Amino acid sequence: MTIEEVVGSLESGMTIGIGGWGARRKPMALVRAIYRSPLEDLTIVSYGGADVGLLCAAGKVRKVIAPFVTLDSVPLEPHFRAARQNGAIEFTEYDEGMFMFGLLAAAHRLPFLPTRAGLGSDVMRVNPELRTVRSPYDDQEEFVAAPALTLDVALVHMDRADTRGNGQYLGPDPYMDDMLAKAAGRCYVSCERLVEPGKLEGPPQTLLISRMYTAGVVETPNGGHFTDCGPDHGRDEAFQRHYARSAADPEAWAAFADRFLAGDETAYQEAVVRWHEEQHQEQRERAR
Amino acid sequence: MSATCAEICVTACAEAWRGDGEILAAAMGTCSILGARLARHTFEPGLLTTDGGALLTAEPVPIGAPAGPVEGWMPFRDHLWLVQNGRRHVMLGASQIDRYGNTNISAIGAWERPTSQLLGVRGAPGNTFCNTTSYWIPKQSRRVFVPKVDMVSGVGYDRAAELGPEASRFHGLRRVVTDLGVFDFGTPDRVMRLVSVHPGVEVEQVVAATGFDLVIDGDVPETRQPTDEELRLIREVLDPRSLRDLEVRA
Repeated sequence: MTIEEVVGSLESGMTIGIGGWGARRKPMALVRAIYRSPLEDLTIVSYGGADVGLLCAAGKVRKVIAPFVTLDSVPLEPHFRAARQNGAIEFTEYDEGMFMFGLLAAAHRLPFLPTRAGLGSDVMRVNPELRTVRSPYDDQEEFVAAPALTLDVALVHMDRADTRGNGQYLGPDPYMDDMLAKAAGRCYVSCERLVEPGKLEGPPQTLLISRMYTAGVVETPNGGHFTDCGPDHGRDEAFQRHYARSAADPEAWAAFADRFLAGDETAYQEAVVRWHEEQHQEQRERAR
Repeated sequence: MSATCAEICVTACAEAWRGDGEILAAAMGTCSILGARLARHTFEPGLLTTDGGALLTAEPVPIGAPAGPVEGWMPFRDHLWLVQNGRRHVMLGASQIDRYGNTNISAIGAWERPTSQLLGVRGAPGNTFCNTTSYWIPKQSRRVFVPKVDMVSGVGYDRAAELGPEASRFHGLRRVVTDLGVFDFGTPDRVMRLVSVHPGVEVEQVVAATGFDLVIDGDVPETRQPTDEELRLIREVLDPRSLRDLEVRA
């Protein structure tokens, strides 16, 4: 598939789970395509980073379901902050572990899974729809019933995938991408490099996403940019700082969006290369 | 050798894990991460520590350094499961903390439309309720030590008590370390108590930087100085680039 075909198959109002974690291995090429699309009224389910921020900035989001939104090395996500502080989005805020149990529940077609995570905290206050459940056994203990986070669509970014839709990660952490794939009606996999079936090299444990969950696969070289996408690409810290600084100021953001987000993914990647060349040029001139 | 404030904070953080044995020492913030690795290097060798990512390192490594040889794998999903399992003592950060140890990292102001959106609750609810938790707060002030937090992300002793002793049996806040002193909740009604003040800090300074009634029992001792060996490990092994000084100014 192409990036445009993947995003063209999505519909306004959908609940979309986005893989990765914070500023790590996010399917940013697909996120950028949603940014450019006419889609709106989306519910985004994510261990959030710039994916959530960008879609908030584009006015695509009705509701965010997340335990956090962060850029890791930049702690706070400016667009998400602005959306919350302007009251522009609804927010369902869960504990990280509770959120994972919600994904696991959805992945196993259960309405909920019990957990202690959330008890006693204001997660229960700000999500009045949450219910608790009592153990049917002798202990009679009460738990949070973490509701299934069932997704219409999951978008994940893999280091490698084959043309059948099997996805492989080569970094140190799978994040929750396989759970998102299983929690979704259909999963789209973007990948740094697409190979023929049987050509995914590396230990079998790195084969994270099975083709049985994958509705479509698309090769997006450097498509995780600017998030961490090891071993092929580390986080582009300089560019992330540029993003965060721009996002915190409306005028700077307009210039950023015009330069980087007005065209397609190829145009984005070229604009990033040119931006880095300019930075190097400026550094050389300063050094003189 | 005389220690800087940051180095005293590192050893005060390390002390949080004393006696913990073979569990994961998880840490947020420079002095806290250094503290966990220092504790493992010295008086608590059984501790497990990470490279700051998904790897359990065979030895405690310098902050920011590659993992080197590893002894285990701890991706985020396993952290979240380990929280529920309980073999973990985490030192978290907090933007607000109250006298019962309720903490907020989520948002300042009314949650519905905050004046300042912060991170979100992250894992604070489950961490505090399921495994031992301490806090590292690099800059104590009345903006942080508040009468009431705006959003309870991490669960304090009053909230835990409301759920009853059985339900809250895995809840436990060990200590709070700041740039001014060390605190615990070792009072009959589990409110915050000043355990020690760092060398050069007056008790009045701590009181002035605290927005609630702090329990102070008689003469408050000084936080211990790092040993020469601890200072050597901090300066030469764990943090040769002095990242600790960016978190706590001399």
